[in-house]
Amino acid sequence: MSAIECEDVSIRYITGDFKSIGLKEFVMRKLTHNFKVNEFWADRHVTFTIEPGDMLGIIGSNGAGKSTLLKAVAGIMIPTGGTIKVNGKVAALLELGSGFDPQMTVKENTYLRGAMLGYTKEFLDDKYGEIIAFAELEDFEGYMFKQLSSGMQSRLAFSIACLVDPDILILDEVLSVGDGAFRTKSGNKMKEILSGGTTGVLVSHSIEQVRELCNKILWLDHGHQIAFTEEVGLYCDAYEEFLITRELPAGDEDVRRLAENYFNRMKDERKRREQAEVERLQRVIEQGDSEEAVLAAIKVLQKSRPEALSAEYAG
Amino acid sequence: MADKTIQRFKRNMQENAFLFQQLVNRDFTQRYKRTVLGIAWSVLSPMFQLLVMMIVFSRLFGRGMEHYVIYLFSGNIAFNYFSESTTSGMQSLMNNAGILSKINVPKYLFVLSQNVSALINYIITILLFFVFCLADGVQLTPAILTLWYPIVCFVIMNVGIGMVLSALFIFFRDIQYLYRIALTLISYLSVIFYTIDSFSPAAQRLFLLNPIYANIKFWRLVVLEQTVPSLSYHLLLAFYAVLFLGFGAFFYKKYNHRFVYYF
Repeated sequence: MSAIECEDVSIRYITGDFKSIGLKEFVMRKLTHNFKVNEFWADRHVTFTIEPGDMLGIIGSNGAGKSTLLKAVAGIMIPTGGTIKVNGKVAALLELGSGFDPQMTVKENTYLRGAMLGYTKEFLDDKYGEIIAFAELEDFEGYMFKQLSSGMQSRLAFSIACLVDPDILILDEVLSVGDGAFRTKSGNKMKEILSGGTTGVLVSHSIEQVRELCNKILWLDHGHQIAFTEEVGLYCDAYEEFLITRELPAGDEDVRRLAENYFNRMKDERKRREQAEVERLQRVIEQGDSEEAVLAAIKVLQKSRPEALSAEYAG
Repeated sequence: MADKTIQRFKRNMQENAFLFQQLVNRDFTQRYKRTVLGIAWSVLSPMFQLLVMMIVFSRLFGRGMEHYVIYLFSGNIAFNYFSESTTSGMQSLMNNAGILSKINVPKYLFVLSQNVSALINYIITILLFFVFCLADGVQLTPAILTLWYPIVCFVIMNVGIGMVLSALFIFFRDIQYLYRIALTLISYLSVIFYTIDSFSPAAQRLFLLNPIYANIKFWRLVVLEQTVPSLSYHLLLAFYAVLFLGFGAFFYKKYNHRFVYYF
């Protein structure tokens, strides 16, 4: 049984209706037949299937419909068209820190959030110590949530969501949480969870992260599905090329071309960087007057022009 | 279909019992957060309100009336509970928009939990009410054992109204101002501080179209006239409860998937 099945999913937002204009304007415009709404499709005809244990990376520039799609998968939104089948308990981390109560303590918030994710009191009693330890908030249990730094808040949110062991974990741009040390820790935790059979869906602007963690990729652009594939490396290359040239692939062949372009670009880039490094070092030797520069120059000569050196330095 | 909905509701409530408890806990503690007297306000605020009303109205309307304080109080607690539970119910979804747009939980739990914390308050004032009855020399008869009935009907009705209002509030923010005006009107129509004895019986019956007055009347029959109200009073209260809850549930079911677009 698949973990998530998305079949031709479309999601529409309506703007300019009475939510934004208020009751009076709404009635007025209705009366004068001046009332119209604009619709905006955040996602159009998105189709993908992932199996238990898969990690799906959703990529796409801002406004591609990634977060909206995640909301639909998490069950917060009902798609306007198409169907989504989700098998298993879902823990969604969309925008860390939201949904906490700033006036309540860390402990109360942990229980409240745990309860919202669908866990029982016994389970949380059992896991509470672990959650706090992972978030490194042992000294702050009695503090109000608003007194924590934003890094601490995100750490707590992350710890609750992933230590409670869901079947499906949805992460929206949250792995870049906290300082470097915590980031490493959370990345490792993520890998550990995934190897334990949890299915993951990850939205990240860090392509490196996607390459490292995901085995499937869904590429969205302005709501349209560009690709759903298992060739993570290839498509990440093509996507990075797209980020530079803003050129969308028209088909499989095109993806290969883009990926190759990116590969060549990277090769050129590397070459240029190497060249620059060599030039820099040459300058150091030419113009340098420190002992190190002299020694480096001697080393170069020993290698390429040993005859130019007197016997003392010839090696 | 109604059967299936109820089944699902039951399952949801079982699954979310712990969440619900957490929410009630949060809503109730939030109410008195940063107050010096805390929960004592549940007792003090209706008492002061009663005191003010007594000073103002007892000269005007209560002259020659026995137990006017109890008469006033019985109307006041019912109306206060009504206004508190529906107003907080109205705001419950919007106030938790941050949660509801990020986590998939049954939204009505938030309406219910606000209602529960208003109910706790109501029960505290009811206890205070009985203390006043004793102090004022009102004879409490076994008839008061029937009072659970109007309370239950009232709670159900308020939940229903809260559900409608909370949905409307998401679509039209204006509703909070309209509702405040409506509440003022309802309070004057609920026969809280005056009597309608001088009206003809037919006109008196017209007042029963106001569900809050129907509830208050039930209380007064029990407490002040020491009788068990007739079956038709019972049916009337049940009718209002079912009507509003049905309407609220229908409204909620129809629109709850669209809320998230408006947060």
